[in-house]
Amino acid sequence: MIDLLPPAFIFIFGALLIPLLPGRIKSVYMLMLPVLSFFYLVNMPPESAWQVDFLGFDLVPFKVDRLSLLFAYIYHLISLIGIIYTMNLKSDLEKVSSLVYAGSALGVVFAGDLFSFFVFWEMLTVSALSLIWARRTKASQAAGFRYLMVHVFGGLVLLAGIIMYVNEQQSIALGYIGLSSPATYLIFMGMGINAAWPFVHTWLTDSYPEATIGGAVFLSAFTTKTAVYALARTFPGTEMLIWIGAAMTAFPIFFAVIENDLRRVLSYSLINQVGFMMVGIGIGTELAINGTAAHAFAHILYKSLLFMSMGAVIFRTGKIKATDLGGLYKSMPWTALFCIIGAASISAFPLTSGFVSKSMVLDAAAHGHMAIVWLALLFASAGVFHHSGIKIPFFAFFSHDAGFRVKEAPANMLIAMGIAAFLCIFIGVYPQFLYSILPYPVDFVPYTLPHVSGQMQLLMFSALAFTLLLRAGIYPAEIRAINLDSDLIYRKGGRLFYILADKLFNGLNQVAELVFIKGLTGTITRFAQNGPAHLANLVMTPIWLITLDQEQRQKEKALLYRNFSTGTMGLAIMAVFVSLFIGLIFVLSF
Amino acid sequence: MADEKKHIFDNPKNIQRVLYGLFGSLILLLALEPFVEKHPYFPWENWPGFYAIFGFVACVLLVLAAKYILRPLVKRDEDYYDD
Repeated sequence: MIDLLPPAFIFIFGALLIPLLPGRIKSVYMLMLPVLSFFYLVNMPPESAWQVDFLGFDLVPFKVDRLSLLFAYIYHLISLIGIIYTMNLKSDLEKVSSLVYAGSALGVVFAGDLFSFFVFWEMLTVSALSLIWARRTKASQAAGFRYLMVHVFGGLVLLAGIIMYVNEQQSIALGYIGLSSPATYLIFMGMGINAAWPFVHTWLTDSYPEATIGGAVFLSAFTTKTAVYALARTFPGTEMLIWIGAAMTAFPIFFAVIENDLRRVLSYSLINQVGFMMVGIGIGTELAINGTAAHAFAHILYKSLLFMSMGAVIFRTGKIKATDLGGLYKSMPWTALFCIIGAASISAFPLTSGFVSKSMVLDAAAHGHMAIVWLALLFASAGVFHHSGIKIPFFAFFSHDAGFRVKEAPANMLIAMGIAAFLCIFIGVYPQFLYSILPYPVDFVPYTLPHVSGQMQLLMFSALAFTLLLRAGIYPAEIRAINLDSDLIYRKGGRLFYILADKLFNGLNQVAELVFIKGLTGTITRFAQNGPAHLANLVMTPIWLITLDQEQRQKEKALLYRNFSTGTMGLAIMAVFVSLFIGLIFVLSF
Repeated sequence: MADEKKHIFDNPKNIQRVLYGLFGSLILLLALEPFVEKHPYFPWENWPGFYAIFGFVACVLLVLAAKYILRPLVKRDEDYYDD
């Protein structure tokens, strides 16, 4: 057996065989891949690394530590759950892409140098793209293109930063970077685009709701969390991240309240959750980094659970807008139950995974006496319960009955959701399981009486607000409409740019045509045609003035012009010209 | 759908029961609070019912702001981007 087989290689090369395998063998094979890879990973000696010399640089495509291991564990787990979930879906393109995508994320978290890091980082974008395009709708195509444009831009910013940074440091080792030079700001920004920071977040809310049913489950787990890992690795303790994170927790919940597409609601709440992780990285203490890592782990489970339940709804009803749904608890009770467990976890109810992880970040902020940040996070905690915790299950499964009488989700989807739901509760009840794999030793007790009582008050009174607002008719009715976001800048801005470019360049073209083609060319042509005749006329007129009268002059002039246009000048005139020409040269040569 | 099986929330009484459960738990939470020994980081955590009031007010403000400020600004027809 080979000692060191990086998980990224097992996933990526393993994925390439998928299209060659028939039916059931394919499913078994796909389930085997993450299990095999996980087996290799846990049997690896701790702090393993794989180093290669490449053009004078030390490439480290594979390096293990506790932070990367934690992300790798959850990536394996969610890949397995995702594979079970998508087993009944036929598309090979999707199956291969999702494993290459997961493999690329594993490549990023184990990359020990900036070069390997960047290669896997870009593979993540490309493989994610086919999970969006595989939906094969016009909307998914357009959203995929916008996704690509934003990530190509982000990738270039990151690459520019990496090149400048490597030039500064004379080393490609990946470790703590910290904000100092322009190079580090570029790297920071490049990672931030993948982490869906405010104003550059719209690639996420734009494309994830357009992805395939299974695609959205994978997408929700990897891209942003890989960026969380990257920032935790390279920029822990960067104060700016606290404010970026606080903004990320707060602003999406306003959009989520008025959004009609339920997978878009989940996308907004995804940004809100990543905001908590950003705050943790920004605080940068051991407790805060532990909180970020724990929250990433818990978040991947309950967010993918929520995306799976909404995917099952699309699979059975073909609808995802709140205006089209309702009353599905009657025909899809298990899906409804799992969705509620996911919703309770994201809301951080005691005994669910969100409670034991999110409270670490809040406590880290409180330890640092960051009152404003703490209040913002508390507001976001109440808000996320409001839109993800209540709105998602309520409008899909309860509310008014939309009349769907469909079958319960297929067995494999229920199993996948069931595993995720079980883990959400298991981690909530037995947090030591999660705490034991965190990067730093944990000295944190989530279940204290004041903590549980405070959190329950916060959540239950949020529920009361929802109930009263709904009963009073104040709660914003779901409307068939879309909401503008900062992608307006490139979606309409792109069109504005097009119109401006059209007016500017086509205008220039018209002016050029008027001046050069119609105007100048005509003038030159006319000159070429009549110029010699004019010249001859100019030379002859003084002679004719002396020798001829008015009438004869007119006749000679008309003859001259006719002769020039037909090329039949009288010999004498030619002779005069030639002698004039020679004389002129003679004079000028002195 | 007359012969369809009656589901749990088709009966308005069950909805009432859920609501009573909610109100009951709210009262219980507030009633238990004085017996909880607090370890606050911030002074306002000592105010009675701080989390309850915060949660309620936050959600009402959230909904009102989203409905009356954000929605009029950003709402567009579903085909706004198609042409």
